[in-house]
Amino acid sequence: MVRNLMNAGQSVSLRRLFDEVGQVDCVGIEERVAKYTTRSIKKASKLWGLRTAVSMVDLTTLEGKDTPGKVASLCAKALQPADDPAVPQVAAVCVYPAMVKHARRALGTDTAVRIASVATAFPSGQTPLRTRLAEVRAAVADGADEIDMVINRGAFLAGEFGRVQDEIAAVRTACGGATLKVILEVSELETYDNIRAASFLAMRVIRPGDFIKTSTGKTTLNATLGNNQVMLEAIRDFYLDTGTAISMKPAGGIRTAKQALQFLIAVKETLGDAWLTNERYRFGASSLLNDLLRQIEKERTGAYQAPYYFSEAAESY
Amino acid sequence: MSRLPITKTPKVYVGGAFIRSESARVFPLQDAAGNFYANIPQCTRKDLRNAVEAAAKAGPGWAKRTAYNRGQILYRLGEMLEARASELAAAIQLGGAAKAAAAKEVTATVDRLIYYAGWADKYEQVLGNVNPVAAPYFNFTVTEPMGIVGVIAPDEAPLLALLSLIVPAITSGNTVVALASSTQPYPAIVLGELLATSDLPGGVVNLLTGFRKELVPTFATHTHLRAVSAVVGADERKALALGAADSVKRTRLLKSEAQPDWYADTAQSLYAVRDFLEYKTTWHPIGA
Repeated sequence: MVRNLMNAGQSVSLRRLFDEVGQVDCVGIEERVAKYTTRSIKKASKLWGLRTAVSMVDLTTLEGKDTPGKVASLCAKALQPADDPAVPQVAAVCVYPAMVKHARRALGTDTAVRIASVATAFPSGQTPLRTRLAEVRAAVADGADEIDMVINRGAFLAGEFGRVQDEIAAVRTACGGATLKVILEVSELETYDNIRAASFLAMRVIRPGDFIKTSTGKTTLNATLGNNQVMLEAIRDFYLDTGTAISMKPAGGIRTAKQALQFLIAVKETLGDAWLTNERYRFGASSLLNDLLRQIEKERTGAYQAPYYFSEAAESY
Repeated sequence: MSRLPITKTPKVYVGGAFIRSESARVFPLQDAAGNFYANIPQCTRKDLRNAVEAAAKAGPGWAKRTAYNRGQILYRLGEMLEARASELAAAIQLGGAAKAAAAKEVTATVDRLIYYAGWADKYEQVLGNVNPVAAPYFNFTVTEPMGIVGVIAPDEAPLLALLSLIVPAITSGNTVVALASSTQPYPAIVLGELLATSDLPGGVVNLLTGFRKELVPTFATHTHLRAVSAVVGADERKALALGAADSVKRTRLLKSEAQPDWYADTAQSLYAVRDFLEYKTTWHPIGA
């Protein structure tokens, strides 16, 4: 009996949240994003897009076998991705909390490349809140400029939206001056409606300039044009309602320059040019950078490039 | 009752699949009498790029096969050609060849496949070596396939010449992206259908049809192609040599104006296999 009452309470809270934020036209979204892959971006605009995408990359390594040396070489690549001076630095490196101090040593303090650290028991988030908050504070103390947190999907799916939101707010406070990125882990949220609802839960408590992020990159389904679009539209609607500009980071599964350009088209056509900077949009990726450099070199020389002329990427992501 | 003819849409064989050009362009092919026969895909440099990606994917698996297995697969391909000899001969006759000449070309093509199938597990014994050194080491020289080889086939002997260029490259574990004759592309279309039903893994041989003018510059400059084997005229030789120098690739260029005789004994050779190999020399202690 008690159990039934709880379920009833959950479905009421879910219904109330959906009523507030609106639901997603699933077919409409799919049809909309299918159009993004048909745009013809050539020559100068393609080169601009490729370089802009490089400047938006959060160059990532999130593996159990990460070493200080590997992080140092990742940082070197982040500072100077290519010999070509027209290729910008990437936005950030993204590492585990234990690697933040090594990244800081490799990058130095006087650099535009930021250090992002996943925290809050990434990727599952299944530890007590005080442990997660302690991890966030430790990463910030070690020199992290940005914190990528995971939301409590268990609580979200159980309908405990207040708890999800309170935990995000607690992590935001623990971040201090560091930028916060809230990973919704879209593949575990199951539906576009849930992704939109979770986006709003997060956006209501984070600060302007903080991010919402699609995924950890540790599940089978990561960033797609579809869930990217749902989140971009959530950001747009939230901005039109409140005037607060939230940033966006798709992560995982974006491996080719062609995909990156399609995501940028989605940004331009949904949110406009104001979001086409690395303060408002990022790519969480490791192998994407290699393909971007490969295509930039193709545009520069006119010759198709072999992949082995560009450094190997870390696995996964 | 009258029946509308069901005509075949020719498609090219790339990455183990039958595709049209990404550009959706085609060019008309006439039969020997000058009547419209079919629309042939007019492949672009992007199709070439995609074919190279497919060849790159197939490469490691093909090179890892045992030499014996590669020989078996080539032999089996010969069997497939033999079984569909009349279809291939008809495709060659479209270009104006007489019936007997077309049949002769198919037979010679099958024989060429069998020739290289035989070499598949033997070339290493002839080209590799144990070198004498003045120390207690074995010093081996062994061969390795180069990677992806570009092939540009001549208009004469559209089937025999095409396979005479492709087969020595794949015998040793290379993969191939080949451009068929633009005046006689139909044998390559039929060949693709045979390759698809042979045991050759998809992507090992990728066949394109289209115009040389559009594709030769990309064959020359694409850095992922490790070598080019082509029968070409003076201008194309220059373009290929210049591009190959920039992208550090090997070239094996036959002069099209010299009209190579594809039926001669000299048209098949162990050295055609050797031309697409890298040599690796290793030292190993002899031990007690």
